[in-house]
Amino acid sequence: MITIRNLHKYYQKLHVLKNINLEFDDEKRCIALIGPNACGKTTLIKCMLDLVTPQAGEIIISGRNVRNNCEIRRLIGFMPQTANFPKYLSVENTFRLIRSVRAENNDTDEELYRLFRLDRIETKRMGTLSGGTVQKVSATLAFMFHPQIIILDEPFAGLDPLASAILKEKILKEKGKEKLIFITSHVLSELDNLASHIVFMDEGKVLFYKSVHTLLEDTGEYTIANAVMKILIQTEHE
Amino acid sequence: MNNIARIIFFDILKSKITLIYFIVLSLVSWISFLLEDSVSKGLLTVMYIVLFSVPLMALLYSTIYIYNSKEFITLLLSQPIKRGNLWSSLYAGVSASLCLAFLLGAGIPIIVYSFDATGFLLLAMGTGITLVSVSLAFLIAVLTDDKSVGIGLSILLWLFFTLLYDAVMMFLLFQFSDYPIEALTVLLLMLNPVDLARLQIMFRLDISAMLGYSGAVFTDFLGTTLSTVLSFVLLIAWMVAPYRLSLKIFRKKDIV
Repeated sequence: MITIRNLHKYYQKLHVLKNINLEFDDEKRCIALIGPNACGKTTLIKCMLDLVTPQAGEIIISGRNVRNNCEIRRLIGFMPQTANFPKYLSVENTFRLIRSVRAENNDTDEELYRLFRLDRIETKRMGTLSGGTVQKVSATLAFMFHPQIIILDEPFAGLDPLASAILKEKILKEKGKEKLIFITSHVLSELDNLASHIVFMDEGKVLFYKSVHTLLEDTGEYTIANAVMKILIQTEHE
Repeated sequence: MNNIARIIFFDILKSKITLIYFIVLSLVSWISFLLEDSVSKGLLTVMYIVLFSVPLMALLYSTIYIYNSKEFITLLLSQPIKRGNLWSSLYAGVSASLCLAFLLGAGIPIIVYSFDATGFLLLAMGTGITLVSVSLAFLIAVLTDDKSVGIGLSILLWLFFTLLYDAVMMFLLFQFSDYPIEALTVLLLMLNPVDLARLQIMFRLDISAMLGYSGAVFTDFLGTTLSTVLSFVLLIAWMVAPYRLSLKIFRKKDIV
């Protein structure tokens, strides 16, 4: 479904992505993008969304290049790391706005809207909401239009435990519906039971791309966090 | 107007700063008309205030608004929407709300006191300067990602067009008054949108004494009708060119 070939991205002189080659073909996958700060996770996501232009290489989604092709983003639901909406816009109108931008039929996924109890704060202005509540709104928006690809950038940061659990539940449910889900996270323990594959990035390169199953088998560990730590220590020794 | 433009329009109208802008403009305009003994003197005072305050508000407020909407712009761009559409909706929303605040604030007293071509010209020029300033603000916001640099630049630009430019021009005129520099002066005048708007109204009011040296040169050089037409065309160019340039950059920009 998604093919990334020889991707290079520079910010001025800073080489952020160094020859990324990845293929995400079959469905029912939940891919965790992990790696230290400034390793290029968010930049890779932004390349997929055509928010930044790579200097070389290409990204093909469903057979089409993402460059200057806004229709491809119909397939994608995106939850950014930090969201921000016009201050005086009510919650209700925020949803109305995004709905009108996507201009799709009324068959929307309202499950998170209900579970997060957003109907109770419908008339509140976005500027008065707390950071966590804004995260709830943007998570709901990411799932709302039944996208084939769901990209969640640090989805659990700022969410309370209950909301995190609801979101996790939702991700698992969507994973079962043959969707491709990307999650970036610093907290590896959040990814247990959730991720099916791991892409580990460091300094703009992909160190490995493995299924969680093989990763745990290779390292003989039981959790993703321990397995990744073990690999990191090994690479440092070599 | 499409949905995004409408939402930004109301978002800005509901903000306190726009309300203050409206109140200050209307207070000052009413007071100027009430205190001056003739309408045409009142118009002149209002004109000076408008050409001084409108660019400041429009430049500064739009620059800050674009920087503050960065995450919102990112979110919208992750939806199926063309960059050009988003940028034009933003422009429409921001400029429409600022124009409305100006027209309600300064427009009502102007129409009450001077319901004629001059009054309407002043309104048109205020609107025009708002559009020029918003264009320039969009260009600044797209040129630098650093908010404080952007705000600094927009303040500098305002200082330059409303104060420094005339001072520098006067200085040059006096320094080189022995040489035939009329053509140069006309050229310099055309490069400042605020001066263009001021000249438009000056021609209308027909107070040659108030035109000052530069204005007198301008009319002598081109004649009133031609100067009016020319400065109008140039003012339009000042609205369109910065916006087109900002659009071109925005289409290719990395949204980081």
